[in-house]
Amino acid sequence: MANTAVSVGGPTRQIRYGSVSRDRKRALIWSYVFLVIFAIFFLMPPVYMLITSLKTSAEISAITNPWWVYNPTLENYVSLLTSPEYLTFFWNSAMVSIIVVTITMVISVLAAFALARMRFWGSATLATGVFLTYLIPETLLFIPLFKIFAFVNELTGIELINNWWVLLFLYPTLTVPFCTWIMIGYFASIPKELDEAALIDGAGWMQTLTKIFIPVALPGIIAATIFAFTVSWAQFLYPLAFTTSTDQLVLPVGIITTLIKGDVFNWGQIMTGALLGAAPPLIIYAFLMDYYIAGLTAGATKG
Amino acid sequence: MVDSAIRVGTANGAARGGLHRLMRRKSTIAFFMALPLIALLAALVAYPAGYAVYLAMLSKSMERFVGFGNFTFLFGRDTFWQVVYQSCLFAITAVVFKAIIGFVVAHFVHNIPAKGQRKWRGMLLVPWVIPPAMSTLAWLWLFDPSYSAFNWVFDHIGIGRVPWLGEAAWARFSVILVNVWIGAPFFMIMYLAALKSVPDQLYEAAAIDGASWWQRIWYITLPMMRNIIAITALFSLIVTFANFDIVRVLTAGGPLDYTHIFGTWAFRVGIEGGDIPLGAAVSLFMVPILAVAAIFILRDITRRGSEV
Amino acid sequence: MAQVTLRKVVKNYDQTPAVRGIDLEIADKEFVVLVGPSGCGKTTTLRMIAGLEEITGGDILIGADVVNDVPPKDRDIAMVFQNYALYPHMTVHENMSFGLRLKKVPKEEISKRVQAAAQILDISELLQRKPKQLSGGQRQRVAMGRAIVRDPKVFLFDEPLSNLDAKLRVQMRTEIKKVHQKVRTTTVYVTHDQVEAMTLADRVVVMNNGRIEQVGAPNDLYHTPMTKFVAGFIGSPAMNMIPCRLEKAAGGLRVTLSDGVSFPVPEDRTARYEQHLNNGQLLFGLRPEHLMDAHAHANPHQHPFDVTLEVTEPMGMETLVYFPINGIDICARVSPNAGAQAGSRLRLLADLDNMHLIDDTSGRVL
Repeated sequence: MANTAVSVGGPTRQIRYGSVSRDRKRALIWSYVFLVIFAIFFLMPPVYMLITSLKTSAEISAITNPWWVYNPTLENYVSLLTSPEYLTFFWNSAMVSIIVVTITMVISVLAAFALARMRFWGSATLATGVFLTYLIPETLLFIPLFKIFAFVNELTGIELINNWWVLLFLYPTLTVPFCTWIMIGYFASIPKELDEAALIDGAGWMQTLTKIFIPVALPGIIAATIFAFTVSWAQFLYPLAFTTSTDQLVLPVGIITTLIKGDVFNWGQIMTGALLGAAPPLIIYAFLMDYYIAGLTAGATKG
Repeated sequence: MVDSAIRVGTANGAARGGLHRLMRRKSTIAFFMALPLIALLAALVAYPAGYAVYLAMLSKSMERFVGFGNFTFLFGRDTFWQVVYQSCLFAITAVVFKAIIGFVVAHFVHNIPAKGQRKWRGMLLVPWVIPPAMSTLAWLWLFDPSYSAFNWVFDHIGIGRVPWLGEAAWARFSVILVNVWIGAPFFMIMYLAALKSVPDQLYEAAAIDGASWWQRIWYITLPMMRNIIAITALFSLIVTFANFDIVRVLTAGGPLDYTHIFGTWAFRVGIEGGDIPLGAAVSLFMVPILAVAAIFILRDITRRGSEV
Repeated sequence: MAQVTLRKVVKNYDQTPAVRGIDLEIADKEFVVLVGPSGCGKTTTLRMIAGLEEITGGDILIGADVVNDVPPKDRDIAMVFQNYALYPHMTVHENMSFGLRLKKVPKEEISKRVQAAAQILDISELLQRKPKQLSGGQRQRVAMGRAIVRDPKVFLFDEPLSNLDAKLRVQMRTEIKKVHQKVRTTTVYVTHDQVEAMTLADRVVVMNNGRIEQVGAPNDLYHTPMTKFVAGFIGSPAMNMIPCRLEKAAGGLRVTLSDGVSFPVPEDRTARYEQHLNNGQLLFGLRPEHLMDAHAHANPHQHPFDVTLEVTEPMGMETLVYFPINGIDICARVSPNAGAQAGSRLRLLADLDNMHLIDDTSGRVL
């Protein structure tokens, strides 16, 4: 009985193994083929930015092969990086982003700690409220905010509109809710015994936060910081609506409003400017990809 | 007996300070820790949102209360209905394609050996990382009427030139294309995370039960990912519906308002056109759709919260 | 070093009582184990001693001081948690010294105390590691080290071994006992595992449903349980409990379990049991080891009876056999040489010197 079972089972099993591995190989090849196609689709625009940025205006208008650089030059980079105007945009963007990230992290870490660990009256409602405000887009708020800021200006004489620092009030509305939300998730995943141990060890609430929670939830803090920075750096609507004079513009708006002059599109410079503008988030992403992705997925999977 | 009674008395009275106060102080401290957040949300989100409603009921000069005048005015304008149609069209079409492409790509990435996945995932997420205003500029350049790099290729292989942004239908197509390009990687990342959370034993059990590749996706992968698929799609629906950057940079609403959506049209009317109340009224029309999506998301989140 | 006293301690969570009035005196240097099923209030009691929960009523004293309203850090206690609660971002040294650093103890003093504690626990080589790089047993040691370093009045352990695998659990149990013998700090230890309770404790406190069922030395609890709950909770396999009738017969009392099985009650218990003759709610309690195979040496109070075995479980040094009496599964421990086989008949001896008679209505052991 046992003998026949083995002799029958042997060959059929081998055949099945063969077909499994062949199937798997074919699936793998197809996966790679499609991944290459999708990668081309997803990477084409940034690559094309790079190609154009290395061309002279003459080569661009000559309608040669647009996908190839015949006379590569760094002319566009040099002229942008020496242009005081462009450097001002960059500087404004950097200032706004760094300050907004700082404000965001202070507000959201404090609030997330309170909401995750120290129940108080209405804290559950507030947590839901935080999530809801995250869902409110800036396109809904920019008009009333514009009017409110104009009104405050009339009332106090403080020139709010057309000053880069007005963005410091606006960006946190976009960054704080999400950062608070994911920090609540990260803090909630810290075992309760850890703060009890700290309590017995004699730590106060602030010490528990700074010495235990922040170091333990560091990956979450990095993820939230990256998110806040990316959002601040990329924000387009608020600066477009609230700032106008060239010395107050941030990068995205600056490139679009100053490099595009009427019908004259200096595409080499525009692409260079856009690529340089995309560089900080891309560099951060390249080095901290895992944190970036963790933050991205945390919003929906935690909570 | 008397002794212990006195002790209990003191414990419940005066001496009941320290620990109890500690606990009470805890919630006071907590409230102050959350105060900056509360102030921010109240002053810069809740108040403006409420103010928008009042604003939308004023006349253009903001001196006269017109009630629903702005709304009825909008109902009478063809452009408004066009914007409603376009916003829904863009959002729904783009989200469907983002979801499909995201799912397919996630599946392929999941298929290849684990050590290569990081590299591919990293490359495929690039569109999501670049600030949308910047990457849309690249698309604008790719779609350029006279220098379009796409048209150059099409010329060479004998297909005619495409008026990417010049004709209503093509312009709409282009807006959706850019939306999908930016948003699909986000879906891919979410789905990939979800795919990784499906236990391998389930696939092995299904394989033993004789399920084919397609049946495994249909009966195991999709049901297990249903939550993530739904929530990602709803998030994306909100973001796409309320989008501003892409349309603003790519077409600025043109040709002839054929690509305007709520966000861009509100900006055109409210900020550029100087009719702030009308602009506020336009953007308020996003609220119903956003609210529906938000309710579904919230329901999902609380349901999952209670499961844990 | 100090004693711990609980006086009529009550804890309610939003009107739901968790602890319903506990009186307990724990002597200096004593090792007391609170044991009971989950939800019996043992962990709540421990957390009230630690100051992590407010008490609803009563008093808790550490030493001579009422600490009802003293925050945890000022109670001079140390606690070892079930999941160890080691700070993941700190090294073992930093974990152990965190409390002392917060108290601004001088550096040399800290380092001296950490070294000493590490010595006791045999973790001197691990001081620079992070918790992630440690095994379960090592983490357990570090958690104890963190407690020892602070040289507190009282150690509190909250199910510290339940995250370890069976083998390590036995090993760490011995380790905890050794540490206690070295440092001699008053210890309150919570567990749901009665074996742990029996092996570690000077005194065991059995809790059920927010109340103390019985306090006593491990052997006292085992041999003279005072309630049905303690009789059933302590000992594994659990004590057999069979509904019975107590009857007067020639020469004394008899307990009748079923039509075929009835035993004479030892004469020295006649006076104790006589008043319960008419009680219809009696249980006959006998531990499995007091039901042995008939080949063993018999004394006058060991009475034979025949059973048909349903299941046998050979354990090596003994064999557990199961058989029904009146539809209730009874367990007996017999010699592996008794030839016990499922389905076969076996003659057993019931050792009536170790019998218990339980009043099922009041739950008291008579």
